[in-house]
Amino acid sequence: MNAPTYNFAYLDEQTKRMIRRAILKAIAIPGYQVPFASREMPMPYGWGTGGVQVTAAILGTNDVLKVIDQGSDDTTNAISIRKFFEKTAGVVTTTSTADATVIQTRHRIPEAPLHAQQVLVYQVPIPEPLRYLEPRETETRRMHALGEYGLMHVKLYEDIARFGHIATAYAYPVKVNARYVMDPSPTPKFDNPKMDNCPALQLFGAGREKRIYAIPPYTSVVSLDFEDHPFTRYKHDACCALCDSGDSYLDEIVTDNKGSRMFVCSDTDYCETRQSQGHRGSENAAPYAESKHA
Amino acid sequence: MLDVTKAPRDDDQPLLLAEGLSKSFGRLQACREVSFALYPGEVLAIVGESGSGKSTLLQLLSAQMAPNAGSVSYRMRDGVMRDLGALGEAERRFLFRTDWGFVHQDPAMGLRMAVSAGANVGERLMAVGHNHYGKIRQTAASWLERVEISVDRIDDAPKTYSGGMRQRLQIARNLVTEPRLVFMDEPTGGLDVSVQARLLDMMRTLVSELGLAAIVVTHDLAVARLLSHRVMVMQGGRVVETGLTDQVLDDPREPYTQLLVSSILPA
Repeated sequence: MNAPTYNFAYLDEQTKRMIRRAILKAIAIPGYQVPFASREMPMPYGWGTGGVQVTAAILGTNDVLKVIDQGSDDTTNAISIRKFFEKTAGVVTTTSTADATVIQTRHRIPEAPLHAQQVLVYQVPIPEPLRYLEPRETETRRMHALGEYGLMHVKLYEDIARFGHIATAYAYPVKVNARYVMDPSPTPKFDNPKMDNCPALQLFGAGREKRIYAIPPYTSVVSLDFEDHPFTRYKHDACCALCDSGDSYLDEIVTDNKGSRMFVCSDTDYCETRQSQGHRGSENAAPYAESKHA
Repeated sequence: MLDVTKAPRDDDQPLLLAEGLSKSFGRLQACREVSFALYPGEVLAIVGESGSGKSTLLQLLSAQMAPNAGSVSYRMRDGVMRDLGALGEAERRFLFRTDWGFVHQDPAMGLRMAVSAGANVGERLMAVGHNHYGKIRQTAASWLERVEISVDRIDDAPKTYSGGMRQRLQIARNLVTEPRLVFMDEPTGGLDVSVQARLLDMMRTLVSELGLAAIVVTHDLAVARLLSHRVMVMQGGRVVETGLTDQVLDDPREPYTQLLVSSILPA
């Protein structure tokens, strides 16, 4: 089904080599933002152009691709990127976390534990954790080079001074391999502990900002905090209404105009797997749910 | 008779030593052959008219600009004299946020205008690895008190502060790591006289309490008189006269200094 005018996985081989070189450098220096010559992709910036380029560069014919957007396999963005690679690379795609070898994600890490044969590719809008504190790129680069990260704590200090606790709930800054402070892309801070000592390779691609960074397998990733205000995970105080899971990250869904709401797993594959194992929550999944592999 | 067996006291050695500093911008000689020594706890005022090279000299001394000729050396906390030009960038920046302070004329340059006063004061502490919110906040509060800012303004951003408060906050932010040397560039510029008086009074107290050495660049001779022990008069990039403050200001020797002193308008 390959459209004949495309090279395998859309990008030409020279471009893929260039991206792979950036990826190798990023893996060699965990958490360091490597500049790369980001290409125009047939999708708008902000839709995952960075992630798509990284995926295109690492994809092989035997890979099984899964794409999630906010945890879900069924959103427009996830479906289009999956279809894009089905068409241009002819690879097998899946929604199952365990079966996938390459998982491209926007803002979530799957609930199911990742294993050593997997690569997690993040779509990153703003790779620079210091961006909103120090607008000059020349200065932030120098701060990274010299390991001057006092400013990052200024942000956390402001949070506590204003809200009484560290209110940063996503893009929560982490220190990778005890050296570089890194923005884990806008994943909820609930997912931060999953990055630490993870068996899978984690790659981050920012298309508009032209940066690639990485966390190699089994690397320490520590969320920044204060001694008297330690890092805490955050999730809604509820169980999933569909699968009754008590330890997954939940989405809040408003169900009518009177303010009724339900909480469901943000990771659809995790939720569906649990439901197929017989776990039931307080609500039933909608009867018109599309069949899984339609 | 001098007791040669006695080890020299720490204070006998200069803290900062400038030797033959020169800087030119194209054909313009902004600084020519400036040499002096600054001792611990000493406040030196650099006075002169606009364009006399005061600010350039301050930039050279604080290693923000490299001189064309000459050198600046600084005695580190371990007592070793080091050439600032030979320091790596990391060391220089570390020095800048621990052992030195720099008070800008415009507080907006020295402060983060959008983050709270507490965080502004605490930033240097966090930069050197303090990691306890409660303690950082306590230190910040005590410094705000010392610079006469009400502690209940600790969570307000400096953009809501008045000019005088901003300048006092900038001073607190610089002094929180207990530096040994503070550079000040026209610290009272743009403030009205009553605010100036209060600020000067506060700075005098802090300098004597902490035993700070300071280099104050000013065109205001009254500021020099109030704050400094010694005065250096600059004209056209050259030091034309230097001496004790009262000596220079009350009994100026050089024609240019005489002109400067006689130009003060009587109140």
